[in-house]
Amino acid sequence: MYKILRKKVLNPTVISITVEAPNAARLAKAGQFIILRVDEEGERVPFTIADANPQEGTVTIIYQVVGASTRKLMALNEGDYLADFAGPLGKPSEIEGENVVIIGGGVGCAIALPTAKAFHQAGKHVDTIVGFRNKDLVILEDEFKAVSDHYYLMSDDGSVGEKGLVTQKLEELIQSGQKIDKVIAIGPLIMMKFVCQLTKQYDIPTVVSMNPIMIDGTGMCGGCRLMVDGKMKFACVDGPDFDGHLVDFDAAMSRNRQYFEKERHDYEATCNLLNKKEEN
Amino acid sequence: MPNMRMDKNPMPAQDPNVRITNVEEVTLGYTPETAIDEAKRCLNCKHKPCVEGCPVNIHIPDFIAKVAEGDFAGAYEIISLTSSLPAICGRVCPQETQCESKCVRGIKGEPVAIGRLERFVADYMREQGEAPLAAPQRNGHKVAIVGGGPAGLTAAGDLAKLGYQVTVFEALHVAGGVLMYGIPEFRLPKSIVQHEISKLSNLGVEFVTNYIVGRSGTIEDLESDGYEAIFVGSGAGLPNFMNMPGEELKGVYSANEFLTRFNLMKAYKDDSDTPIQHPRKTVVVGGGNVAMDAARCARRLGSEVHVVYRRSLEELPARKEEVEHAMEEGIIFDLLNNPVEVHPDENGNVASVECIKMELGEPDESGRRRPIAKEGSNFLVEADCMIMAIGTSPNPLIRSTTEGLETNRKGCLIVDENEMTSRQGIFAGGDAVTGAATVISAMGAGKKSSSSNGSIRPEKSSRKRLTFSTSN
Repeated sequence: MYKILRKKVLNPTVISITVEAPNAARLAKAGQFIILRVDEEGERVPFTIADANPQEGTVTIIYQVVGASTRKLMALNEGDYLADFAGPLGKPSEIEGENVVIIGGGVGCAIALPTAKAFHQAGKHVDTIVGFRNKDLVILEDEFKAVSDHYYLMSDDGSVGEKGLVTQKLEELIQSGQKIDKVIAIGPLIMMKFVCQLTKQYDIPTVVSMNPIMIDGTGMCGGCRLMVDGKMKFACVDGPDFDGHLVDFDAAMSRNRQYFEKERHDYEATCNLLNKKEEN
Repeated sequence: MPNMRMDKNPMPAQDPNVRITNVEEVTLGYTPETAIDEAKRCLNCKHKPCVEGCPVNIHIPDFIAKVAEGDFAGAYEIISLTSSLPAICGRVCPQETQCESKCVRGIKGEPVAIGRLERFVADYMREQGEAPLAAPQRNGHKVAIVGGGPAGLTAAGDLAKLGYQVTVFEALHVAGGVLMYGIPEFRLPKSIVQHEISKLSNLGVEFVTNYIVGRSGTIEDLESDGYEAIFVGSGAGLPNFMNMPGEELKGVYSANEFLTRFNLMKAYKDDSDTPIQHPRKTVVVGGGNVAMDAARCARRLGSEVHVVYRRSLEELPARKEEVEHAMEEGIIFDLLNNPVEVHPDENGNVASVECIKMELGEPDESGRRRPIAKEGSNFLVEADCMIMAIGTSPNPLIRSTTEGLETNRKGCLIVDENEMTSRQGIFAGGDAVTGAATVISAMGAGKKSSSSNGSIRPEKSSRKRLTFSTSN
């Protein structure tokens, strides 16, 4: 059992928890992930490591409530326990390139932050572009600023930062003649796809962090497989980072919707159950 | 006087039409009466060929003699001398190619039902609430086992009985390996696996789950944590695909994924948090035991199931009993066929599998007749699910994060006659060494690593690492 030491609500649906998990904390690096089960009946769900503290023996994850398991996770508080917490999994991100632009979309920012931090600590020039739907959803602003040479905040509705998409800001930077060795995009598949379409035109190497459905996370099932450059890759062991210009995003988006109906159904059932519990 | 009946006592089974609606065990086991009656068929021959056929050399005629007397506790004691997991082996061993293939009674008639008797004894003792073995005196040496599958569990049990302080490191949230995620509930109830594992805990074996060797820590980390010897039983869990167009479509599963969802995560239950597709029509590709398991699981989810295999019924590598059970359950065998492409519907789901007809040519190196595609014989099989059960390979995680571990070109760890790898003090066994094989061969390897001829002797090598000597 793995104890939740700290819990912080970042916005109405995004929550940060710090979990006591010394084995996972010890070797964790930016870009890696863990798999947890909330309880004994729970499914195995992957979450990227947002922060790890080997001294304290803790791993922090930041998650958005999108379905049954994350809704159950939200119901837990400091001092409660998770049934399982395994990691670190996947390959760490490569911290290469002198001038990088790191793009985070929505809750993907939680994944982009440790990567930005790692580049910053390696003495690289780091510009970050983060995008949110509106001002209520903004997370980790101070944390990003602390590790960025320039920090650009975009919102779909203009309620905070600049109005527009992250790709608009990226194109602006490219056209201003700024030197960019590498772009790293982390967020919804559709956002990563459009970032890659843009950078392809300018021939800027682009790394994406893929988020397919996973079960074991150790390479034994291939549920997380992706087509990269026409070849089959398992995101949990070959990734999750890949050359964005080689990823088949349309296939990845299709695969991520495989259990959509069952997921909706379970989410509603869980919400009803938890709401009832809270009423009593 | 021995019972000279030619046939084995049959084992009752659930009616096929009923059992495809549940996940309860298909075969129901012997009663004390049928077990005693079957045990009396054993001639107790002097040269005991059956024992040689058993990879862990159970003293078969001795335990069967006890069963014939009705002394089931005595029988269990004899089995336990050499086997840690009889309730499992009695169910999943391919006895027809092992112990029972050597049985003298099999020359004229059917061999003695050794597997069923082993199973009966283990089940009887469990149901009676057998007294747990006391943890033996510790010898002060620490051993790490990487992987909680059949090989690791066997090595752990044997080493614990010899006084070693044993820790099993398991990547998943529960130990058992393929016994938990691969072999279905209706062939091997998970409560039985967990009972066998709890017996190891009673012996003092410690289990660390959610620990991925190669990621959560390396082999070197285990060495610096004071483990004097390490046994790698990490299996062959990496699924193979055919690299044909359409394998990325929704509805295409590796057998490992399909079985893991079904068995480990219990996705067949309505209230399970883990989803699984409930197909209408499933194509299972392959002809081994894993293909049979996947096919029978899909059947229990309500699907029509076709097993597509590129050779003929004769070459089918699955156990005969499993094939018969599958046929009774209405699974259709499309033999001498091979898939070449998967076609999607407009939403990226599997819509049909394009197959090609095969014919058998000359025998290849393995002695089996080589399947050859018949040019232009392509046809479409409508299906909404395809499960690939064409074999697995060893996972590269451990070999890629450990220096100096030699592997062959298939990625299998290379070991010497003492099951030691190219690194002093690191042993390996099971599928990690052989590639995908059987549960019992993995147990045999685990056993051989921990002890040969029933003896084990710690030796200090030049590098002050413990070695397991096999010399007496």
